[in-house]
Amino acid sequence: MTNLFGVVMLSGIYSLVTALVFVNLDAVDVAFTEAAVGAGLSTVLMLGTLVLTGKEEIKTTRKPWLPLIVCVATGVVLIYGTLDMPKYGDPNAPVHQHVAPRYIDDSEGEVGVPNIVTSVLASYRGFDTLGETTVVFTALIGVLILLTGLRKRDKNELTLEELEEQRKREKEL
Amino acid sequence: MMDRKPILRVTAKIFMPFILLFGLYVQIHGDFGPGGGFQAGVIFASSFILYALIYSLHDAKLVLSSVALEIMAAIGVLLFAGTGVVSFFYGENFLNYNALAHDPIHGQHYGILIIELGVGLTVFSAMTLIFYTFAGRGR
Repeated sequence: MTNLFGVVMLSGIYSLVTALVFVNLDAVDVAFTEAAVGAGLSTVLMLGTLVLTGKEEIKTTRKPWLPLIVCVATGVVLIYGTLDMPKYGDPNAPVHQHVAPRYIDDSEGEVGVPNIVTSVLASYRGFDTLGETTVVFTALIGVLILLTGLRKRDKNELTLEELEEQRKREKEL
Repeated sequence: MMDRKPILRVTAKIFMPFILLFGLYVQIHGDFGPGGGFQAGVIFASSFILYALIYSLHDAKLVLSSVALEIMAAIGVLLFAGTGVVSFFYGENFLNYNALAHDPIHGQHYGILIIELGVGLTVFSAMTLIFYTFAGRGR
């Protein structure tokens, strides 16, 4: 597939389907985030990138064999790793025996918020969420430095819309 | 860019307040239903991105400028970390909201509300600003 527009659309659809899978697993909060960020926001950002880079992939002369072998080998190892995992939904799985019972039993009395996900995210694991917010903030700073740079903004620089119109005009010619 | 698309312009204008209201609902109702600061921030950002896509980046920047967004992103993180620091003054651990009110449960409620607001602010401004920089950049 060399049409990058199609690739972006497919990844958006993939995110939406993943969100449905999360709903099926009763992880509504995660599904919410996945649908909003994966299917919505990142698709728009990728489309914005496409206008800057062009809509067709450049043909490479390199052979795909080495990357293909690496991908398949990694996949096989990962699937092999899942073989001795506990069965899906097994109540005796370690993940359900560690801190989860305490959250389920005590969060009503300790935090008093009906949505346990929120009480875990904001209160029990508040430090993690603080780190997460800082990561978003740092990512923003990174993007700003990478895209606008430390140079002063050029007033005559074309915006995305003007660029698109210019391309349209070039095509008509 | 979209001068000749009245249907899109009118639809976007009608949808905007509802998206913003839904964002606020997700933000404030996050401790009772699904959602929270992160999701609310993204929904809020998507409404601004819709506005910038249908109208223009210039118009969106008139509503909320890049500088204001940069400041809001920093305020969000500071609000979160500041809430943690406040509990120091009451002799509690960092980010222990029990100290924020006389009743520990009430303290937890206030704490969660405030830090979710901080998360929402940062995520909203970061996402919108990233879109602004992407869309405002030509070659």
